[in-house]
Amino acid sequence: MSDTGATGTAARSSGASATRKRWEPWNDPSERPHVQIANLTKRFGDFVAVDDISLDIYRKEFFSLLGPSGCGKTTLLRMLAGFELPSSGQILLEGEDMSGVPPYERPVNMMFQSYALFPHMNVEKNIAFGLKQDGVPKPEIERRVAEVIEMVQLNAFAKRKPHQLSGGQRQRVALARSLVKKPKMLLLDEPLGALDKNLRTQTQFELMNIQEETGITFVIVTHDQEEAMTVSSRIAVMDHGKIVQVSTPAELYEYPNSRYVADFIGEVNILEGRVDSREGDHLMIQSSEAGCAIQTGPSADEPVGRQVWIAVRPEKLSISLEAPASTPSSTWVNCLAGEVWDIGYLGNLSIYHVKLDNGKMVTATQANMARLIERPITWEDRVYLTWAPDAAVVLLN
Amino acid sequence: MPEPSQDPAPGEKIAYLGGGSASSGFFTGLHARLLLFAPYRLFVLLLVEMGFSGRSLVIAIPYLWLLAFFLAPFLIVLKISLAEVIVAQPPYTPLFVFIEDGFIAIQASLENYLFLMEDSLYWKSYVSSLRISLISTILALLIGYPIAYGMIRAPKRWRFALLMMVILPFWTSFLIRVYAWIGILKKEGLLNLALTQLGLISEPLTILNTDIAVFIGIVYSYLPFMILPLYANLEKMDLGLLEAAADLGCRPIKAFWVITVPLSLPGIVAGCFLVFIPALGEFVIPDLLGGSQTLMIGKTLWSEFFNNRDWPLSSAVAVILLLVLVLPIVLFQRMQERSTRAEG
Amino acid sequence: MKQGLSWFNTSSLVIGFLFLYLPIALLVIYSFNESKLVTVWAGFSTKWYGEMLRNESLMNAAWVTVKVAFVASTFATVLGTLAGLIMTRFGPFRGRTLFSGMIYAPLVMPEVITGLSLLLMFVAISLDRGFVTVTIAHITFSMCYVAVVVQSRLVSFDRSIEEAAMDLGCTPGRTFLQITLPVIAPAVVAGWLLSFTLSLDDLVIASFTTGPGATTLPMKIYSQVRLGVTPEINAVCTILVGLVASGVLIASLVTRRQEVRREAEERAAQAAP
Repeated sequence: MSDTGATGTAARSSGASATRKRWEPWNDPSERPHVQIANLTKRFGDFVAVDDISLDIYRKEFFSLLGPSGCGKTTLLRMLAGFELPSSGQILLEGEDMSGVPPYERPVNMMFQSYALFPHMNVEKNIAFGLKQDGVPKPEIERRVAEVIEMVQLNAFAKRKPHQLSGGQRQRVALARSLVKKPKMLLLDEPLGALDKNLRTQTQFELMNIQEETGITFVIVTHDQEEAMTVSSRIAVMDHGKIVQVSTPAELYEYPNSRYVADFIGEVNILEGRVDSREGDHLMIQSSEAGCAIQTGPSADEPVGRQVWIAVRPEKLSISLEAPASTPSSTWVNCLAGEVWDIGYLGNLSIYHVKLDNGKMVTATQANMARLIERPITWEDRVYLTWAPDAAVVLLN
Repeated sequence: MPEPSQDPAPGEKIAYLGGGSASSGFFTGLHARLLLFAPYRLFVLLLVEMGFSGRSLVIAIPYLWLLAFFLAPFLIVLKISLAEVIVAQPPYTPLFVFIEDGFIAIQASLENYLFLMEDSLYWKSYVSSLRISLISTILALLIGYPIAYGMIRAPKRWRFALLMMVILPFWTSFLIRVYAWIGILKKEGLLNLALTQLGLISEPLTILNTDIAVFIGIVYSYLPFMILPLYANLEKMDLGLLEAAADLGCRPIKAFWVITVPLSLPGIVAGCFLVFIPALGEFVIPDLLGGSQTLMIGKTLWSEFFNNRDWPLSSAVAVILLLVLVLPIVLFQRMQERSTRAEG
Repeated sequence: MKQGLSWFNTSSLVIGFLFLYLPIALLVIYSFNESKLVTVWAGFSTKWYGEMLRNESLMNAAWVTVKVAFVASTFATVLGTLAGLIMTRFGPFRGRTLFSGMIYAPLVMPEVITGLSLLLMFVAISLDRGFVTVTIAHITFSMCYVAVVVQSRLVSFDRSIEEAAMDLGCTPGRTFLQITLPVIAPAVVAGWLLSFTLSLDDLVIASFTTGPGATTLPMKIYSQVRLGVTPEINAVCTILVGLVASGVLIASLVTRRQEVRREAEERAAQAAP
């Protein structure tokens, strides 16, 4: 599944980035992957937590494992750290097999969800712990500890014990402690999960800066799609122990490969239909759910009569009180007619829940450009939702 | 891509052997150096193949201790309970007798157990133990519940001190606490003195060396075991529930019976078991506070052993006592597991 | 209905604690009684304490008891800590059920049975009874208490702390010494104290397993008590109760103060920007 994602990516980005050179090692055949995960499976009794996963992660990537709880992302991370032994399959770090190497001998460090700070040691000692284990000489330990304390801005708190720190400070100690050994890969298990929303957004950018500064490969586990979208170079969406799609955030959002991904990342309206005919480079879809014909953007050929799903993001629907000019309504293309059922006013944008004539609910959002108290569209208005053919995605599963 | 290896190489296996134990750098270094010698390597590999590791060595230490000093002694009791008493050192017949031609005969008799059934002293002391423990447990509950309830109603800042006051007697010597009651309960003791001086009684009461003294002793000694689980349970209760009940028109006394008591049932059961089980095998309290007519099985066992020097019979008494205890212990264990599951 | 003490709550607390403390208080008071008759107050005196100190067999028994308690609780703490660790951290292994059974069983086993079975065992292997056998017996039942105390601490312990140490390059053995042990240290100390007082207190098991020359203080007290209450025994009991009670009180007050301070610091840290 990850393969299809990768080839699709290559085809699209070659066109888009003809003029500007982007950093995309996963599209460069000469680049060797930093971490190779090959057919990795982990079973707990009858339960398959990680199911035959293959994945390449490149140097300096900020890679996210995204999925709902219980999808196997944490188990995968714990196998990378060495806390769980794979049932089968391999993990290669710079070409070296890690499967027999215990966690304390892996050049990989982890930042724990609970931070796991040693409660009986102060900030400095916590950070120095890993270096001491390696027998690094004392002056060097002091220098390196001071360096990372500076980086995470904890100078004033070096002598404090973990319980004397706030949540955000603890999070930074945990980060510093796992960075100070300069690991070949840093694993982060829901690193921002315990922070409140404001601090989380701020810390996301700090994490990105630190990752860029240190050049360490980051692999982060999260269930928060917004967080994954913000920080990642690429995201692997997981479900039931399998990887559903591996792509950059933008591709994941604009070109999801399945209804699962489309639904998991952001809001989406999904309309079921069947391929009616092919016209030029695009398909015409007949959808009783939509109540109109749907024209797709440039698309691969699909057999007539095949079941497909059209995914349209709410912000790509434009909402209007005016019906399209062409009549009768049976000739409409990419136009949904319905009644405004509910309006959510968020200030910067308004969310419209529209009940189509056949009863299906569709969501559309509109940016509130003008300063108005009374919006022109209100409850029970009859509205028409339209979208450009290439704003929607055709999904086959 | 190389073939995924199914099994760690022997070298890695050997490296693991040091992993589980508290190996310092010195031992790991020594281990690594010694691995260069073939015989040592072979020996270590053999251990690994047999499933030995640092981990199993750590398990072995307390395991073997308990096998040697808990399980083995108990099996010996079982064995001796099947023997007969003789005047010798040790004063019982062997279970296995080596007879000629290298045969071993098993010489077991159930005579001790039959005797326990025939002689009314023994079954009476079992029944009496059950009766005394049961009555004491109920008394402890009746006294302990109001105390535990008072503790949770007290202001929060007192809680720690109150809890300490319940726990403290638990740490002080059991024997001394029982002994303290002798001075109070005896005929010319402090209780009688006080009661006569107050003019409540003219004749001193006989309390010491009766079952009543034993009840007092057991309740007194095991009261903390009753209060602590009750307190732990009641403390978790949301006092808002009582407010909700009052809001819905329930009077406080009724709310206590229909809300507090049912919710604290796990605490009540735990406290009762924690008093009942140790009381059943109690020796010191019936011996010091009870009279000659107070029968409790612990006391019977003691006198059978120390006064009559009948080791096989006292072993049989012990085996039966344990059988009597198995039921409440298993019930208690089940209940504990259920409540931990419910919480977890 | 607000939180607060009704007259019923107050009186049950007062009566309850009077019941718990009055006997001990009387015992302490009468240890300072001039008269030999325990029930007649004849003025304050500390002469029974002097008497007690001059009683050589009593002092010998006290010394034996302290030695036994010290050695037994130290061994029991080591074995019990290992056992607690095995039960929480070692996952499944062959014979695990039997192991946890052997940890819990001594806690509910009547002392007469434990004592009898150990005695019969020492006779069977013809080990001379005395200091060593009492100590072995005390180690065996105390280690189970330690195991339970340590286990309950380990269960509430965030395992990822140990994983973090290993992740940072610490071997399992060193992780135990550098991380686990310091964090569970209060439970280990509590386990040691508990074993010490259990050993100090034990009459029944010691009576079975001891031999000539190793009479413990509880045995001595017991044999005297059977003959009647004496102010001298009151004095011994007062000292014992005083030592243990002040030890426990100090230990718990210190931990309490640390807890309170810790909570205050945590609140302060969270409140700071």
